[in-house]
Amino acid sequence: MRSDASRELMAAAVLGVVACSLPSEALAHIVKGEAVGFVSGFEHPISGFDHIIAMVAVGLWGAQLGAPAIWILPVTFPLVMAFGGFLGLIGVPLPGSEIAIALSGVCLGAAVLGAFRPPLWIAAALVGTFGLFHGYAHGAELPPGQNALLYSMGFVLATGLLHVTGITIGLVHRWRWGQVALRGAGAVVLCGGAFFLWSALA
Amino acid sequence: MKRAALRHLTWVIPAAAALLPTVAEAHLVVTGMGPIYDGISHFAWSPEDFLPAIALAFFAGLRGPAHARAALAALPVAMFAGGVAALLGLALPPLVLPVSTALLFLIVGGLLAADANVPPAVCATLGAALSMVRGIDDVAGVPASLAHVLSLLGMCASVFVVFAIAASVTLPLQRAWMIVAARVSGSWLAALGLLLTGWIIRYGALVR
Repeated sequence: MRSDASRELMAAAVLGVVACSLPSEALAHIVKGEAVGFVSGFEHPISGFDHIIAMVAVGLWGAQLGAPAIWILPVTFPLVMAFGGFLGLIGVPLPGSEIAIALSGVCLGAAVLGAFRPPLWIAAALVGTFGLFHGYAHGAELPPGQNALLYSMGFVLATGLLHVTGITIGLVHRWRWGQVALRGAGAVVLCGGAFFLWSALA
Repeated sequence: MKRAALRHLTWVIPAAAALLPTVAEAHLVVTGMGPIYDGISHFAWSPEDFLPAIALAFFAGLRGPAHARAALAALPVAMFAGGVAALLGLALPPLVLPVSTALLFLIVGGLLAADANVPPAVCATLGAALSMVRGIDDVAGVPASLAHVLSLLGMCASVFVVFAIAASVTLPLQRAWMIVAARVSGSWLAALGLLLTGWIIRYGALVR
């Protein structure tokens, strides 16, 4: 009996000391605000379906077009998008960005649905133009008070992963049923883009 | 009944203690294992330090052994020189270091994304510039002492080892998708540089 009580008190004492020695907040300057900056940056590109469907569609179309588009588009899109973000951050006016973003869903969805195979430079220019508007919208909305580096890391990583998701889905293109499914996915993107375009114009 | 209440207290009190906010006001990363490990830990916890170093290693690795060797030699020496200069009181205007860091992100990332064909001297110069900027920034405002010099040596050792490993992993890459993955990481770093530049223009020096 006494032994049980002693053990319980000893356990309480040990756990108490361990618990008290765990700092719940460490204000080291390196890690301050990391979770806030990175997580909020990561959430930004995936917070709107108009952005998500367009970026996934870029990956789908790249996979459909095959090499070299499958890697040129994911290499160029983040750069162009970041340039759009840069323009948004420094306050350069770019009117009609919401309409252009919705239109990107329509055009990219139509491209995947129709399995269009334009010359590479046209595909890259189309994707780059839309990427500019997507990046601009994100850049103009970036909130102050975040850790710039960590926020940007989350932002770029989420954007890249959306492309990777699209490309990974698009790999089904090697099978006949996959080609049909991919075009079906293009139809879904097209419908989504049309909905957002209607909302933007209304 | 009393025993049951005591048993509950055994767990409730430590749990409540764990929820109490306590603040640990550290200035630098302190591992408790000495200043060299503090420097290693600082490097590991600073994406502004290790991201461009890894990207430069990927770039040099894709270009070949001569490029990798040139940059590998320049990185720790330049970081040490920059760090010592900062410890001795070198003070730069407030925006110089963040802008330099963002531009170096952009340049290194852009070269990697383009897999640009440049001579080894460019790799060495870029590595030296990058390491010097980061060395100055990492120890800026820190008083000169033996411990901080040792921390700086820890950072220099880290950049050397991380670069060597990343470059040696990249050198033998043959498969196209692996090379593409390395180049995509370059475009992401360049995108980071662009966003940081915009951020600095809009909000000032907030790279850290």
